[in-house]
Amino acid sequence: MPTPTEPASAPAPDTEETSGAPVIEFVDVEKRFGDNVVLKNLNFTVERGERVTLVGPSGSGKTTILRLVMTLEELTGGYIYIDGEPLTHREKDGRRVPVSKKEQKRLRTRIGMVFQQFNLFPNMTVLENIIEAPVHVLGRPKKEAVAKAHDLLGQVGLSDKADAHPTSLSGGQQQRVAIARALAMDPEILLLDEVTSALDPEVVGEVLNILRTVAETTNVTMLIVTHEMGFARDVSHKVMMFDGGHVVESGPPEKIFTDPDHERTKSFLSAVLGDN
Amino acid sequence: MSTLSTAAVLAQEVDEPTIIDDSGPIFDWGFAVDILPDMLMAFLQVTLVVTLVGTLIAAVLGLVIAILIMVLPGPLAWIVRWAANFIRMTPIVVQLIFLFWTFLWMDPMTIGIIVFGVHYATYMSEVYRAGIESVPKGQWEATTALSMSAMRTWRRVVIPQALRSTVPSLGNYAISMFKDTPFLFVISVAEMVTVAQTIGAQTFRYNEPITIAGLIFLAASYPTAVLINRLEKRLAYAH
Repeated sequence: MPTPTEPASAPAPDTEETSGAPVIEFVDVEKRFGDNVVLKNLNFTVERGERVTLVGPSGSGKTTILRLVMTLEELTGGYIYIDGEPLTHREKDGRRVPVSKKEQKRLRTRIGMVFQQFNLFPNMTVLENIIEAPVHVLGRPKKEAVAKAHDLLGQVGLSDKADAHPTSLSGGQQQRVAIARALAMDPEILLLDEVTSALDPEVVGEVLNILRTVAETTNVTMLIVTHEMGFARDVSHKVMMFDGGHVVESGPPEKIFTDPDHERTKSFLSAVLGDN
Repeated sequence: MSTLSTAAVLAQEVDEPTIIDDSGPIFDWGFAVDILPDMLMAFLQVTLVVTLVGTLIAAVLGLVIAILIMVLPGPLAWIVRWAANFIRMTPIVVQLIFLFWTFLWMDPMTIGIIVFGVHYATYMSEVYRAGIESVPKGQWEATTALSMSAMRTWRRVVIPQALRSTVPSLGNYAISMFKDTPFLFVISVAEMVTVAQTIGAQTFRYNEPITIAGLIFLAASYPTAVLINRLEKRLAYAH
């Protein structure tokens, strides 16, 4: 991996990284839980290498979007395309037809996710957590997977914790392992779901710095839900403001954070940013 | 069988037509020592074998039942659940007698092992179910996010974590099964209490054999309970 050329605290989004092809495409997406419609007629695209942050009040459906991409929630309407291929359903003669499990799995292996609650496997060591999927899902040789795992642990500053059990680690350390575990799969798309919300304030910075470095040094597409507006501003190419399951407005972070068009965005930002 | 010969010899000694009350001390140590080998043999050859093999069957089958109920499509899962409930809700004695007279060609002890194994599997399946449900949703989500196969998810993530909380309950059911083995008398399997009964019937001395039986049960269950307790603590701190 190339070394970061800029200070980790302020990587300017580099627009050259993105190419025109949409890597994630939402078409008329609808998500309902029973009678409760969370998302409706949602259309947006994320380009390859693009880093998009979803902001908005809680309950606005941001996390649901990530969970739909990770196939953790059932898509109740519309289509999601990954690299142009349907993730859950395809359109056939005007009807929604579910894609096969095999096809879905093939697409899903290109997507990684880091969760708010880390979700490391407590019955495995740190190293086992990281190599499980590369070895048993991607079929990589164990030796190679272990070497890569040690490499990644070095990057997240936990070289000495390979044989530790997750429960012996602090929250911040667990989340760093979770990041390494997701990156071990070489995902094209990385979903970050409020990854610092469960952390003590003093360790939020170290986790965000690691993610800044990942953003700078790789071309991975990121879909981010966060309350850390500073981080969002630093790493995102695009910020999408959500409310009530709709995109209120979207644009580059400089625009959204300093000069939003919509009243709803202004009031949300002043609420979360306080006096800033 | 040596039980009978010993008992027969002993029987002669008390065969006089006297009143049973004053046929000797309340607990005759010499007599106790005489019958101990036969009782220990019955314990080792029947009680212990049925319990160990039965527990093994129950532990494996119970897990299979719990997983089947969770992964099978609706109607099939319903059938498995219904069958497990049926077995759990009928007395073990009824099951023993029914299978004994249905499969007369089968060895009674084998029938006993199967009945105990299957009966307790239905209890253990409930323990496993609770254990599986106690695995946090986030663990399942992580396996999806890593595209792990269903097989791998169960084997490497769900079952190991579910087992941790189930060990004490499974151990308690194993001890329960152990203490239920005297029911084998209804299908004429000479387990330890049946042998004690037989010795009693032939010698008119019940205190010694039944006390010995009780003590052997205690001597076997108590260390098992302690062992389970230790295992539970070890598992609790292992991670």
